[in-house]
Amino acid sequence: MLALLWLVPALPFAGFMALALGGERLGHRGVAVVGAGSVGLAALIAILIASGFILDPPPAFAFRQTAWRWMDLAGFTPEIAFYLDPLSLVMILVVTIISFLIHVYSAGFMEGDEGYARFFAYMNLFVGSMCVLVLADNLVLLYLGWEGVGLCSYLLIGFWYKDPANGQAARKAFIVTRVGDTALAIGLFLLFTHLGTLDIQPLMQRAAVIFPPGSGIAAAAAALLLGGAVGKSAQLPLQTWLPDAMAGPTPVSALIHAATMVTAGVYLIARTHVLFSLAPSVQFAVAVIGALTLLLAGCSALAQKDIKRVLAYSTISQIGYMFLALGVGAWSAAIFHLMTHAFFKALLFLSAGAVIMSLHEEHDIFRMGGLRQKLPVAFWTFLIGGASLAAVPVVTAGFYSKDLILTQSWLSTNGGPWLWAAGWVGAILTSLYIFRVIFLVFFGEARGPELSKRTGLRMSVPMLILAALSIAGGWIETPPFLGNLTLFSNFVRHALPATQFIHGDESGRTELILELLAISASLAGIFLAYLLFLRYPAFLHGLMLMPALARLRKFWHYGWDFDRLYDVLFVRPYIWLARSNQGDVIDNVYSGVARLCLAFYRGLSATQTGLVRQYAAAIAAGSAAIVFIAIFI
Amino acid sequence: MKTIEAIAAIPMQHGLLLAAVLFVLGMIGILVRRNLVFILMSIEIMLNAAGLAFIVAGARWGQADGQVMFIFILALAAAEVSVGLALLLLLHHGFQTLDADAVNKMRG
Amino acid sequence: MEAAFYLSGAVAIAATTMVITRASAVHALLYLIVSLLALAVVFYVLGAPFAAALEIIIYAGAIMVLFVFVVMMLNLGKAAEAREHQWLSPGMWIGPAVLAAILLAELIYILARGGATSSGAAVVESKEVGMALFGPYLLGVELASLLLLAGLIGACHLGRHQGMRLNAGEKEGSDESLRRGSWGMARGELRAHEDD
Repeated sequence: MLALLWLVPALPFAGFMALALGGERLGHRGVAVVGAGSVGLAALIAILIASGFILDPPPAFAFRQTAWRWMDLAGFTPEIAFYLDPLSLVMILVVTIISFLIHVYSAGFMEGDEGYARFFAYMNLFVGSMCVLVLADNLVLLYLGWEGVGLCSYLLIGFWYKDPANGQAARKAFIVTRVGDTALAIGLFLLFTHLGTLDIQPLMQRAAVIFPPGSGIAAAAAALLLGGAVGKSAQLPLQTWLPDAMAGPTPVSALIHAATMVTAGVYLIARTHVLFSLAPSVQFAVAVIGALTLLLAGCSALAQKDIKRVLAYSTISQIGYMFLALGVGAWSAAIFHLMTHAFFKALLFLSAGAVIMSLHEEHDIFRMGGLRQKLPVAFWTFLIGGASLAAVPVVTAGFYSKDLILTQSWLSTNGGPWLWAAGWVGAILTSLYIFRVIFLVFFGEARGPELSKRTGLRMSVPMLILAALSIAGGWIETPPFLGNLTLFSNFVRHALPATQFIHGDESGRTELILELLAISASLAGIFLAYLLFLRYPAFLHGLMLMPALARLRKFWHYGWDFDRLYDVLFVRPYIWLARSNQGDVIDNVYSGVARLCLAFYRGLSATQTGLVRQYAAAIAAGSAAIVFIAIFI
Repeated sequence: MKTIEAIAAIPMQHGLLLAAVLFVLGMIGILVRRNLVFILMSIEIMLNAAGLAFIVAGARWGQADGQVMFIFILALAAAEVSVGLALLLLLHHGFQTLDADAVNKMRG
Repeated sequence: MEAAFYLSGAVAIAATTMVITRASAVHALLYLIVSLLALAVVFYVLGAPFAAALEIIIYAGAIMVLFVFVVMMLNLGKAAEAREHQWLSPGMWIGPAVLAAILLAELIYILARGGATSSGAAVVESKEVGMALFGPYLLGVELASLLLLAGLIGACHLGRHQGMRLNAGEKEGSDESLRRGSWGMARGELRAHEDD
């Protein structure tokens, strides 16, 4: 059963090839079947593999399958090899299942679009690359998948390329993540130079031996890998591309920019956790980045008008939670949250897409309203997704994962009260902003245009499945006072180390208090949203009339003005440099030689005056000079 | 044949000095004068000075070689003068002037 | 005898100086002849009577006479003299004087460094010169004759066209002369060499 592992990335690639070469001839139905079918098959195989893995685990809970040797240079021999352990198993399950659901959804959502085949081809390519990324046995293959998902992200953000703004957004995404990719590449060079291999498992073992803990070299390598992760996962300081990436179709946002690609950074850090453990300063930086990002994005989400941008900032914020968890050493909690976040964020995007589609491409939440009765499926799924995001207790998956992160950020040896406090404030913000959207869009009076299309079955069923997962997905890892199930962490323990806890809480009382505080945070956020946006909206309007608050809202709306900061810091100097160098300074070397020759020529031709006496004078002077030299030198 | 009394010894430097002075004077003449006739005359002065130098050298060693060279210089000067003056006449006819600075068409 | 040398040398230098500073060409030529005669005396004093004779006969007697003929033929006149005065401004002398002074200084330096050597007090008679010319320098004599031949032909050729035209007595710039092509120059012009 495990030998079928290679099919998981291969099937989507095959689907891509089929669609790229013959997609135009297949017709929409055929394209949908090929596109969604390939991913569906991959998902099925992933489930089969998972059942085989869980029921009959291979030795050391790791399975390796080599396809072929990729390169053979002196001392550097990466292979196309796949590595299956609990971590990558969780990842491929998440990726393939959610991709399949989104593919089915897209078959309905993208109906009527002229780039139908192109869309599914790109999506398949993406799924294949993502699977390669998470299954890669060595960092070079991982980088291949990394670059592949980056490419597909660019292609899909700029899918409607006829509008230049989409192309700009796609380029922005590509360039900003490129900064991270470069850091990652340099990190790979560093690791290879010092450790001699890029196969992940031997790399981890050698690093543990060769790099002294806390040394500069370990910190450098870990920091560079962190740079790559920050770029791909849209964390501080490279988070500016994700809100603009919402220019792509909604299924793209759901798949790539919510569930899978942006979690690649989290996966990378989890995969190379040994390096981060060897560099505690960098690991702490991971936590700090996560904490700051979640607060920053949470505030920004509060000030957005476009429904998709709210969800984008929400994604940035939730990945901040994952980074926070990684930073404090709560590895399995981070992956758990990755999984539940994939469920409810994809669900939120899909139902938002249904709303947008039904309202003739209307994105502004202030122009929607009262859609509760008119779009029941969208309403209930969005509500479930939003509740899960806000971590409504017990009945949602998000509750279990987010609160796990919060408690562990306090209790872990690398954590502390400040990090916990950031997460706690972030939780209030989270429920506040998502229920703001819910109340503004689905409650109140109808403000927007009339409805057009109804959502078909192809769109509704995936949404319902994801809703079910958003509710039930967390019931495998529950806190002590609610059953103390640790199925997930037990499973993942074989790949990721257990979280170290500080002492002094044997009774579990601190944990209980923290849980209660977290629950209160999410409920308080919901209540506050109810008051501000449903019950007394005039209060907020009055508040926004104050110039300071209006400026603050504008500041948050533009994502804390990072775009302008980067424009001033990087873009303008670069443009200035390019403009100053329009004549190409290097060219001056060559043209300078030519100019020198010309100057010589002109100088020499100036001596040809045609005046005989001057020639005679020159001869006389020359002879005087020669005699002088002959005598004295 | 009446022998000439032994010539009193004249230091070679003095003779060469005289030649040098004459040569330099001829050179000044070339550089200063604009009239082509004078330029040709100055050339003659220079040639003469060179001939003097040869004679002095020949007298130093008491050999005929100096005078032989002087004869060659003489032949050279004759040929040069004839051709030069012919050209001078043509120039005068063509440009109506003997200004050396007027014939500067061969300039770069 | 040394007195003759120094005196003639002084005369030569003075005459040469006069040559290069005169405005009238004929005056300059006459001074040049004086300079040559003085040099002939110098040659005689140095024990080279044959050279002295040749200097007088050929240089002063033939070459300078040719000069005089040509200058007379040019018929320069008062206007030319005025122009010469105009051209001989004092400022013109500075540059060449400096250059010449440098050269002279170098030459004197070389001479001074050599140490005093007296010339041999022997007279080299014409017979010796003749023997040398027909002996080791035979080739040089032939070459010199070739050179003279070349000069002769050149002068003949260069003078021919002009002579032809002037002989025919035609006007300058007339159709005849223009049709004649090269060397047929209009007044004040010098056309390109078409065919010769």
